[in-house]
Amino acid sequence: MNIAPRMRPAVAALAAAVIFGVLVSQQDFWVTTLSALFPNAARPVYPAATVAELTLQHLRLVAISSGLTILVGIPLGIWVTRPSGADFREIVSGAVDFGQTFPPVAVLAIMMPILGFGLWPAVVALFLYGLFPVVSNTVAGLEAVPGTVVDAARGMGMGRARVLLRVELPLSARVIMAGVRTSVVVNVGTATVAAAVGAGGLGDPIIGGINVQNMAYVLQGATAAALLAVVADGLLAAAERLLTPRGLEA
Amino acid sequence: MITLKDVTKRYGETLAVDRVSLEVPAGEVCVLIGPSGCGKTTTLRMINRLIEPTSGTIEIDGRDVMSVRPEELRRHIGYVIQSVGLFPHLTVAENVATVPKLLGWERRRYEPKVLELLEIVGLPPAEYAASYPRQLSGGQAQRVGVARALAADPPLLLMDEPFGAVDPLTRERLQGEFVRIQRELKKTVIFVTHDVDEAIKLADRIALMRAGVLEQYDTPEALLDHPASKFVHDFMGADRALKRLGRARVGDVMRTDVESTTDGTRAIPREACAGSRFVYLTDGDGVLEGWVDCRVFDAGTPAEEAGTWVDWREAAVHPETTLKDALSRMLGMGFRNVAVVDSAGRLVGEVSLADIEGAMAGGDSYVADPSEGDVPSERLDGGAPA
Repeated sequence: MNIAPRMRPAVAALAAAVIFGVLVSQQDFWVTTLSALFPNAARPVYPAATVAELTLQHLRLVAISSGLTILVGIPLGIWVTRPSGADFREIVSGAVDFGQTFPPVAVLAIMMPILGFGLWPAVVALFLYGLFPVVSNTVAGLEAVPGTVVDAARGMGMGRARVLLRVELPLSARVIMAGVRTSVVVNVGTATVAAAVGAGGLGDPIIGGINVQNMAYVLQGATAAALLAVVADGLLAAAERLLTPRGLEA
Repeated sequence: MITLKDVTKRYGETLAVDRVSLEVPAGEVCVLIGPSGCGKTTTLRMINRLIEPTSGTIEIDGRDVMSVRPEELRRHIGYVIQSVGLFPHLTVAENVATVPKLLGWERRRYEPKVLELLEIVGLPPAEYAASYPRQLSGGQAQRVGVARALAADPPLLLMDEPFGAVDPLTRERLQGEFVRIQRELKKTVIFVTHDVDEAIKLADRIALMRAGVLEQYDTPEALLDHPASKFVHDFMGADRALKRLGRARVGDVMRTDVESTTDGTRAIPREACAGSRFVYLTDGDGVLEGWVDCRVFDAGTPAEEAGTWVDWREAAVHPETTLKDALSRMLGMGFRNVAVVDSAGRLVGEVSLADIEGAMAGGDSYVADPSEGDVPSERLDGGAPA
């Protein structure tokens, strides 16, 4: 089969995603495998929900929190590289830095009294935790655009908005996407802590397993989350490749 | 016509440009020159409002640039910079089409123009249109930069040290092409450089600046022969006779009655030398391939070894080459003659050391005495150099 080199990572990542989808939808597979691995366990499989249900909850959590991270992080990174936001650059980078060093579990603890139990405290914690790579890569990508290219664009009569959309963003797309990828992949793993506030997801069997000392549950949640992270990484790497303009390919 | 009136740019306490006034007639090349930090680039960038003047007015064909929206103004002014600034994510053709697209031209209007311009700057579209900037050499990139600036056919071109970042041989070639293209298109050009030889070679008028102040604005000949101040004299350099050769072109003095043979064989018959001591060898299309110095036959050299075979790109000059560059080529190769070829390598004539000496003799005898300090600017003899 003849696939263009640019498309190959996308095809491979989609294939991996399909395989992963099939795997999590086969509850029997998990029952059989975990029973074989833990022959002494009375209940080797997490009983409250199927792996497919847990995965969908997890995906929803990641999609909402990472979606917010991207929607806020990229514009924030753009803004602090513009003349109007340049003065806020240090404040923003300090705040975003703090967001990543502050443990998400602590954010959950702080948010619970305010936002209650469930999805939203988890979304806030994961959103803040994921901002750093997105904002810092957006800033780094935009700053790496040669000043002479921007000067030429302005000198030819492009307005600031057009320079951003037609020149700066295409040229920094690869670096920005690398930040998004890091953020999302880390988020897939970190989102397991959301189960602590009842947000569900693949953290449920892990935290449940720790509580009842059932390592089979832990393994079940951790394996599915790890595989999901690998698939997400592959898909985003493929997107990174496709968003890289042809002229910049090595 | 471009008119600057008392144009001033102040950064805090520093005057980057101090009340500069000058007029550039349509179709002329005005070179802004001076030492680093003299304000030449600032002056250039105020014309397309990349820098806003603190005071004074700049008019293009009678219209104040401050009355036009900057983006609109710039779309009608070609802009070429030293670092080229090609868009790395766009193809060569897309780069050249930038301004026409900004102006809302339709594809069928700009596409032929883009291809024509690539042809003009010497980059065959079939080979280069779909290339990306990273695949180009420095010289090729700058050619694309020039084509991009010309794409919407602006009457005015601003060039900020456009040939400053390429190797000397490429620079000489690009300068020659600039002269050829300018002769054809007759743009009004404001050209910034710090290279005196380049200024002399390309300028109709030179504006020499120092510390934000316009020291002298006149023809290259006038700056060489009648410097307004000791600074101008020193900046233009001591080798004025040699520099003046930078103003004359091979095409003005070359002889076209050269002997050539297209025998096609590598063995040169002695009869080829019937009329002259020196015979050029060309292929069927007239492209220079080498020459025979007929004295070799007297020395008994066999016919197969009589010819000197060369690549015209290295061993010949063009009609638009300056006499200064032709002279340096002769000295470099150790010959008293050099062949002249057109842009396709076809032999069109030759120029000799004697021809160049003849051109130098036409210069005037005015010699500025640096010990006098500032020399008067009025002409002493009234005669323009040849």
